[in-house]
Amino acid sequence: MIANLIVRRLVLGVITIWVMSALVFFGIEILPGDVADAILGQGATEETLHAIREELGLYRPAYVRYLDWLGGLLRGEVGEALGTGRSIAEMIGIRLPTTLTLGGLTAAIAVPLALSLGLIAAMYPGSLFDRAITFGTLIVISGPEFLIATLLVMLFAIELRWVPAVSYLSQDPTFQQIARAMLLPVMTLVFAVLAPMTRMTRSAVLNVMASPAIEMAILKGVPRMRIVLWHALPNAFAPIVNVIAINLAYLITGVVVVEVIFSFPGVAKLMVDGVQSRDIPVVQACAMLFCAIYIGFYILADVISIVSNPRLRHPK
Amino acid sequence: MSALLRIEDLHMEGRRPTGEWMPIVRGVSLEARRGEVLALIGESGAGKSTIALSSLAYARPGCRFTGGEVLFDGTPVLDLSLEQKREMRGRRVAYIAQSAAAAFNVAHTLAAQITEGPAVHGTMPQAEADTQMVDLARRMRLPEPERIGRKYPHQVSGGQLQRLLAVMAMSCGPDLLVFDEPTTAIDVTTQVEVLAAFKDVIRESGAAALYVTHDLAVVAQMADRIIVLYGGEIMEQGGTDQILHEPRHDYTRQLMAAVRPPPRASGSGADLESSAQPPVLSLQGIDAGYGGVKGGKPGVQILFDVDVDIPRGQAVGVIGESGCGKSTMARVISGLTPSFEGEVRLDGKTLPPDVKHRDKKDLQRVQLVLQMPDVSFNPKKLVAQALGRPLEFYLGMTGAERDRRVGELLNMVELPADYAGRFPHELSGGEKQRVNLARALAAEPDVILCDEVTSALDTVVGAAIIKLLESLQERLDTAFVFISHDLSTVASFANRIVVLYAGRVAEQGPTRRILSPPYHPYTRLLLSSVPEMRTGWLEDHRATREAEQAMADVVNIGLTGCPFHTRCPLMIPGTCDVKRPPVHRLEEDHRIACHREIGELQEAPGVHG
Repeated sequence: MIANLIVRRLVLGVITIWVMSALVFFGIEILPGDVADAILGQGATEETLHAIREELGLYRPAYVRYLDWLGGLLRGEVGEALGTGRSIAEMIGIRLPTTLTLGGLTAAIAVPLALSLGLIAAMYPGSLFDRAITFGTLIVISGPEFLIATLLVMLFAIELRWVPAVSYLSQDPTFQQIARAMLLPVMTLVFAVLAPMTRMTRSAVLNVMASPAIEMAILKGVPRMRIVLWHALPNAFAPIVNVIAINLAYLITGVVVVEVIFSFPGVAKLMVDGVQSRDIPVVQACAMLFCAIYIGFYILADVISIVSNPRLRHPK
Repeated sequence: MSALLRIEDLHMEGRRPTGEWMPIVRGVSLEARRGEVLALIGESGAGKSTIALSSLAYARPGCRFTGGEVLFDGTPVLDLSLEQKREMRGRRVAYIAQSAAAAFNVAHTLAAQITEGPAVHGTMPQAEADTQMVDLARRMRLPEPERIGRKYPHQVSGGQLQRLLAVMAMSCGPDLLVFDEPTTAIDVTTQVEVLAAFKDVIRESGAAALYVTHDLAVVAQMADRIIVLYGGEIMEQGGTDQILHEPRHDYTRQLMAAVRPPPRASGSGADLESSAQPPVLSLQGIDAGYGGVKGGKPGVQILFDVDVDIPRGQAVGVIGESGCGKSTMARVISGLTPSFEGEVRLDGKTLPPDVKHRDKKDLQRVQLVLQMPDVSFNPKKLVAQALGRPLEFYLGMTGAERDRRVGELLNMVELPADYAGRFPHELSGGEKQRVNLARALAAEPDVILCDEVTSALDTVVGAAIIKLLESLQERLDTAFVFISHDLSTVASFANRIVVLYAGRVAEQGPTRRILSPPYHPYTRLLLSSVPEMRTGWLEDHRATREAEQAMADVVNIGLTGCPFHTRCPLMIPGTCDVKRPPVHRLEEDHRIACHREIGELQEAPGVHG
């Protein structure tokens, strides 16, 4: 039963990624100009364009090129960057750890913090702490990352001059350099994802707290802490895991904004640079990577909520 | 002996959705003594549960204490600190909730929850609590007492869960047990065993008990004394026999009058000129179920070869325990669950199985009234809009004509015409159910399907709805299919009864023939399980072999033989468990599906009469 459901989710995930690949490819395809234009830029002549199109096989129909590209993806060959001719896999490979560190650090701070804040708020609904959380998160939710990032830069980099405004890393950075470079981007991202996770934890737990099972626990004389952690939390688990996964997936888009603002040398910056220089293979590869991560989180959330359902884990 | 629990001049308030506080308990005083069961009875809103919960110093969210005292063993519990209240709850006063399925936490094993009380109160070590649980489970006659604790709540049946709730309540050896409508959510057949288990628990523990219920026949089995409540005030109190048989207060008499007599052939309502009428609706060889259809069969088959005729203008009752396929039958007729085999015919015309393929005229002729009046309305639409929609859609009425008809429909269901301007939340449960009925009537259908339409309502309100249905059925030429697990209600109203067991028709025929011998053994079990309003009935009933046998199993959808054979006192080994039972066809289209000869089925149900 469980295995069946999980396999179904995985299959759906693969199908979604495939659909995304088509959207990414044909989305770029319908933009004006092609790779040959991009390579040659202003100095293009009919002959040189023709020669490059011939060489890259751009005269073949779109679906043939799509299948060709898809086949490459499946074999792990994502091709070379147009401008430099460097292997795209290698370029992503160098930058991926930095981006993952950024996201991972954010998650490591935001998830436990959001869970604790949400749980404490749910334990004492209507209290001053609860109202402060509800109000504070509402304000933060309403502010987009670029605004938060700008405010943080104004405060910490310009007014206080504690950290640089741009996250530049030297060839062989020391721990302190990394920490200084990471501070503002991580703070921005934590702000962006903390609020929805906190609110969802609070409301999921409160929702369960209103159920007859919790009233039963109160009337059994179970202490409040145990009611929240042992009775309510396991039942609120699925919605909480879902919102965590969705927010971690959302980090991906947040990462794009943040890396650009702080000139942070990650995959998202690579992609945005690719867009600017019309380096289509790089953009496609990065887009597919982000899609895969995004969908991966959603599948993970589904799988965890399937596995955490006692009705499925212990069938009749 | 001095009272264990004394409530003195208790006043409580509840908050309305609009925000203002309204009194819900007004000056109630009562006493409960050890070894005594005190019942609190009355309609919903009478304050029964609220008062009972005050003995745990607990007010539900949206309620508050405003005056009076609750003394438990001499201690004023309302003044205790949170920590002191917590120490008292579960250990000295234990609560048994209405729905065990909702009260148990689905995320943990039963044992973990049952032994949680002793753990948090520190009354005994874990190992001892485990042993005690097995022992209590055995005394409650639960199957596999050593192993049942390892299961999760969804893995055991409703009746077993309700008994496990009592095991949990007993885990700390409390002095007072608070039962809050503990058998309302379960079938009659299961109720008998659960009530007996509760009675044993109370007797053996010597605890005092508060028993909240609206079911007077249950009260007759359980209570030593009764308090009758209305609108948060005590109307009358006295010994069980006095209240049930010589009620003094007008309201108590009114409550007694709303009680339907146990189903008997003689008392049963409208009689027939039945079989002469050609059926307006007929089900022929219906197989239906849920899940994806593979190789012509759905994942889970619920109905097997169901043949039922609904005569024009008559009321047909459908009864059976939960899981027998009653609601599925209504869904097949309405097309919401398409049958995959057999035919639904309306006036001889075969309807498409799926509602999506039925035309407007087909839809108009079959209307459905649902169980839960609270959730079957769009809260943003006025009553006039809810009723106006089918008038426009089916009959093309607009403007003044439609408004006039809305008024007429409201009058038909005995509501004032100005209710048209109200929103659903401004109506009581009974009024909503009347509007629901008016909505079905608006389409001027040939058949109205009523699925447990009174089970969410109180006895008194439910009785009024039944009376309304009776009068509508007499006046109109509409057939009613009335689905209920409450045999007394069905028997008082239906012209014919269909008894479903495990998705098959066990017996069907005119009401008075169903209620008199010869009986299908399952019909006999159902009839004999309906509690009577006399003390001592429970003990008499448990002595019968029907009760003994029926305990052996729950509803199982068996694919071979007669599905009832596991619970049947008349089972013939080698026949009933192997072969489909033949259908005996008696007079007036009375059909019994059983391997026994008609002569053998003549015996009356054990304890009745």
